[in-house]
Amino acid sequence: MLFQDVVFWILGIVAIGAALGVVLIKDLFRAALLLVLVFVSVAGFFVMLNAEFLAVVQVLIYAGAISILIIFAVMLTKDVQRGNMPNRLQVPAVLFAALLLSVLVIVAVDTDWNLISEEDQEKVSLVQTSAVANIETEDLEASGLTTDSEQAAARESGLADLLIGDFVLPFEAVSVLLLAALIGSLVLMRPRPPGSTS
Amino acid sequence: MSLEAMLIIAAILFAIGLYGSLARRNALAVLMSIELMFNAVNLTLVALAKYVAPFALDEDLAENLSGVLTGQVFAVFIITVAAAEIALGLGIVFAMYRNTESVDLTEVAELRN
Repeated sequence: MLFQDVVFWILGIVAIGAALGVVLIKDLFRAALLLVLVFVSVAGFFVMLNAEFLAVVQVLIYAGAISILIIFAVMLTKDVQRGNMPNRLQVPAVLFAALLLSVLVIVAVDTDWNLISEEDQEKVSLVQTSAVANIETEDLEASGLTTDSEQAAARESGLADLLIGDFVLPFEAVSVLLLAALIGSLVLMRPRPPGSTS
Repeated sequence: MSLEAMLIIAAILFAIGLYGSLARRNALAVLMSIELMFNAVNLTLVALAKYVAPFALDEDLAENLSGVLTGQVFAVFIITVAAAEIALGLGIVFAMYRNTESVDLTEVAELRN
């Protein structure tokens, strides 16, 4: 438990410090590198929260693909060294962000969360881990899932079964959305034929 | 490590991203700040999926175990939408840069008149 707490606070300080660097550092290239650090520490949080699959996806998509895209874009535009200047809205933006932050913190602390009890927590972590790992029968029995039907339910409730089961319609919709967005960005970036106006 | 600490860290990340997307001139910095906010929301969803019981769980845990994964499924969808958003956003930034030789959002006035 102590080890978990230490890792949690290190990750939290790294994530928040790097996020502050992203918005405050003037050099856009360094800001993009700090953004990668934020992505990696969020992946660490995902591992601590039983979301191993999401942690891998986070490293592949955010720390891999999206950060490369952003760094490419930073290199292709000029004024990299002093590109991250504030605009006139700085004071209202700070006030608005601080107001929102205080509201969110008050809600998070004040709400009476319907927390999962300690003994159920083990079962939940087994089910959430079953998205990426095989569960041993001994582990299931140790966590209190003794009957065959309960164990089968815990094994079958992985992330993939939900994605192509209950959530198949949003899954297909989001794939069409991704295709449309990629075609749209290709159209936007296509070089204009000579002689066309605008 | 508790639910509240997790939520507060996600809220701080979201507020930083909000400040960055409101107060920066560079379009790429604004896109980066939006990515920060996406990450904060994902963190919130996954933390709630771990710590908070869905209503169905109160009655019979064993029959409703898949309910504890719904938050992670939502996070998968948000990551996909974020990828689509960054592709389109960079496309718009490049189109803007090609037309005006600048990525400064305060100088863009093409839609104004």
